[in-house]
Amino acid sequence: MLRMKREERRRIALTLNGKKLAAEAEPRMLLSDFLRHGLGATGTHVGCEHGVCGSCTVLVDGTAVRSCLTLAVQAEGREVRTVESLAAPDGALNPLQAAFRDHHALQCGFCTPGILMSFTDFLARNPRPSEAEIREVLSGHLCRCTGYANIVAAVKEVAGKS
Amino acid sequence: MKPRPFDYVRPDTVDEVLELLAEYGDDARILAGGQSLVPMLNLRLIDAAVLIDVSRIAELAEIRDQPAAVEVGAAVTQNALLGWPQLAQRLPLVAAALPFVGHFQTRNKGTVCGSIAHADPSAELPLALAVHGGDVVLRSQARGERVLSVSQFQKGMLATAREPDELMTAVHFPALAGWGAAFREVARRHGDFAIVAVAGLVMGEWAHVGVGGLHGRPVVTPVRADVLRERPDDWFREWLDYFEGYDDLHASAAMRHAMCRKLIPEVVAEAQSCFG
Repeated sequence: MLRMKREERRRIALTLNGKKLAAEAEPRMLLSDFLRHGLGATGTHVGCEHGVCGSCTVLVDGTAVRSCLTLAVQAEGREVRTVESLAAPDGALNPLQAAFRDHHALQCGFCTPGILMSFTDFLARNPRPSEAEIREVLSGHLCRCTGYANIVAAVKEVAGKS
Repeated sequence: MKPRPFDYVRPDTVDEVLELLAEYGDDARILAGGQSLVPMLNLRLIDAAVLIDVSRIAELAEIRDQPAAVEVGAAVTQNALLGWPQLAQRLPLVAAALPFVGHFQTRNKGTVCGSIAHADPSAELPLALAVHGGDVVLRSQARGERVLSVSQFQKGMLATAREPDELMTAVHFPALAGWGAAFREVARRHGDFAIVAVAGLVMGEWAHVGVGGLHGRPVVTPVRADVLRERPDDWFREWLDYFEGYDDLHASAAMRHAMCRKLIPEVVAEAQSCFG
């Protein structure tokens, strides 16, 4: 049984985008802050911090979750994937990212990392979704530039539907 | 915002959880999926001296298909239940309601039991459990296990009969073979809490209808489908006190009542169409 006092800092080790990394965190540190400030992975954005906007969505053991509703200590030993994992090492965009660019599916880009990670999980489970299913997943994100139609078009292209 | 500081404990077994609850009582909060608890902590709406994380306890992460009921353990996520191959056949009402619970991303982490323990008056899972006539399993170190019906368990808005030293280990959804089921709700955005949600189970002309979003807890009433078809005004007049609801930022009581008048006959008709 693991017990941590509130002021206690523990070394949290996890796999981030295939690399084993560790940093210290106290119990109340959110995974979103741990990724950005502890591990320096600032691709994950932080918006509302109560699970509504979806911009901080990352994959934990392959499933899309809100990193602002996950404690860093809860991710101990887990496999975490963020937007930094999507492009090839030479910077070439993956098909989902390329479709977002081609369809102008991002404007300011703040919400984009979370949306990409949600659809990375969703399309892996459901490679040929209907438009209604795409919209259901997208309902878990807020885009204040209101670029939803282009986001749906981009995901449909990757899903081979357009 | 960020949560205030708290201690964190990650026990490995249910017995360890019960020991911790006996020690901390009211000061402790159970962390399963955290999709209701962590937002409240982040917004500093509530405080916890210690969080007891049960999300890694394997014995709580099981769906057990028993002859009379389906038992869902405290660490089973909403998407795990939604992906259970027998769900549509065994619990068609839960299969219809689950896609309305939060979003794909929150269902990946949010648990079935956590939603029921949180007891939001407009949440879908407490409503589905109420219409099913289901049970809640509570366990403590001092008094062992007790099983409460959902009406004994859910007392009112965010209030339940759980004692501070008790862990909700599971819920039981009675398997109602052959009943037709339907679920509809009105929400400002898909995945938000419903303004009004209606769940129905139908056998022949007999329906059990549950409504969320009107009172501090789900309202369940029997109704005959033919009465709803032929004399809906009479029936709604008789039940007006139940379905009138309250005013808030999202809808007036009159609007809630109008939603019930539209949704209840639709849900019963849809459930009747898939009966058998």
